[in-house]
Amino acid sequence: MPATPAPARHPHPFQPQPWRDRRLEIILGNLLRTGVLLSAAVVLAGACVYLVRHAHEPANYRVFRGEPSDYRTIPGVIRSVMNGRGRGLIQLGLLLLIATPIARVAFSIAGFAIERDRLYVAFTLIVLAILLYSFLGSGMGG
Amino acid sequence: MTVLEFTAIVAIVSFVAGLLGSLTGLGGGVVLVPLLTILFHVDIRYAIGASLVSVIATSSGAAAAYVKEGISNIRIGMFLEIATTAGALLGAFLATRIPTSALAIIFGAVLLYSAYLSRKPRPLDQRSLPPDPLATSLRLNGTFPDLEGQRSYNVQHVPTGFSLMFGAGALSGLLGIGSGAVKVLAMDQAMRIPFKVSTTTSNFMIGVTAAASAGVYLSRGYVDPGLAMPVMLGVLGGSLLGSRILVKAETKSLRLVFSLVILVLGLQMLYKGLWGRI
Repeated sequence: MPATPAPARHPHPFQPQPWRDRRLEIILGNLLRTGVLLSAAVVLAGACVYLVRHAHEPANYRVFRGEPSDYRTIPGVIRSVMNGRGRGLIQLGLLLLIATPIARVAFSIAGFAIERDRLYVAFTLIVLAILLYSFLGSGMGG
Repeated sequence: MTVLEFTAIVAIVSFVAGLLGSLTGLGGGVVLVPLLTILFHVDIRYAIGASLVSVIATSSGAAAAYVKEGISNIRIGMFLEIATTAGALLGAFLATRIPTSALAIIFGAVLLYSAYLSRKPRPLDQRSLPPDPLATSLRLNGTFPDLEGQRSYNVQHVPTGFSLMFGAGALSGLLGIGSGAVKVLAMDQAMRIPFKVSTTTSNFMIGVTAAASAGVYLSRGYVDPGLAMPVMLGVLGGSLLGSRILVKAETKSLRLVFSLVILVLGLQMLYKGLWGRI
């Protein structure tokens, strides 16, 4: 971080600071891309295992049964990955995919904190709380 | 159909949907659920779960490219995400409670509206609007690079935009789509955010919004790995290729074809919801 003269709390109260915002955006954009590519790789690996084992079984999605708990909760997914299940690996990749935008929001808190923007730190915390409630509070924790 | 055949065909269809969605800017997610339910007879709940996952993939995958252009406004995005994530959570809980025929009817209506919107010329960017006190205190106003250099804009009607984005989030959570159509209403027409800024900012928001409902869908058993896998990989591959080629000259006729497809799928979904089985 280059030494900058100590800024007033909001040097331009009506304008976001473009330079810092841009740098933050680029870091966040790369974070998202990395997360997506990583999760796609895990899904692809799971797909190979799943297809090798189940290629010739009939596919039927006409009737909704709901997934077994192995594919519905984080502990269940980890357990089925440990057991070498392809579908468990696919679900793990999808969990990583869902976690990627959540990580982006979490990193934004740090970004706004560096900019000393308390209002947006608060807004971001609200968004993160809603996301974590959905991710962990809806029964996925196990 | 065997698992291998099903996976291959769904992956190809999803790839084409992702490619067309990215080339036309209309988004691929909106056609996936009707295609899966009408062509492949997939239960609409499995289809919505798979589509939602693919929406996160395309939004996050495209974000890095959009960010380089430096026109998205992360403050507008974060502020409105309070509304969209809360709406998405509500939508996801509603989705588990309303009958699938009602889901199909709502989906059909959203498709018809999207088809109508895609044929309408985009609203002209309003220049030099007076600053709105609420938008100013929320620091939503900004600048973006234009042909004439940096252009500044003042965001309008914040409460209206915020409420509409709650609705967009609820639809996204209910139907497993990105809700681009409602976003146009909220950000372009109510808040008067310049088109370029609103498009890139909303792309950023779509992934976060979908993540809010994806947790609920996954824990309720709506995300089937065997179905979500070809859909997610196909749509992601198609949309990444689309953002690379982006042949500008061809998009006009492509848009027409794609909006006709959306129209037909919308009518089919309405028909299925009202008179058929879904």
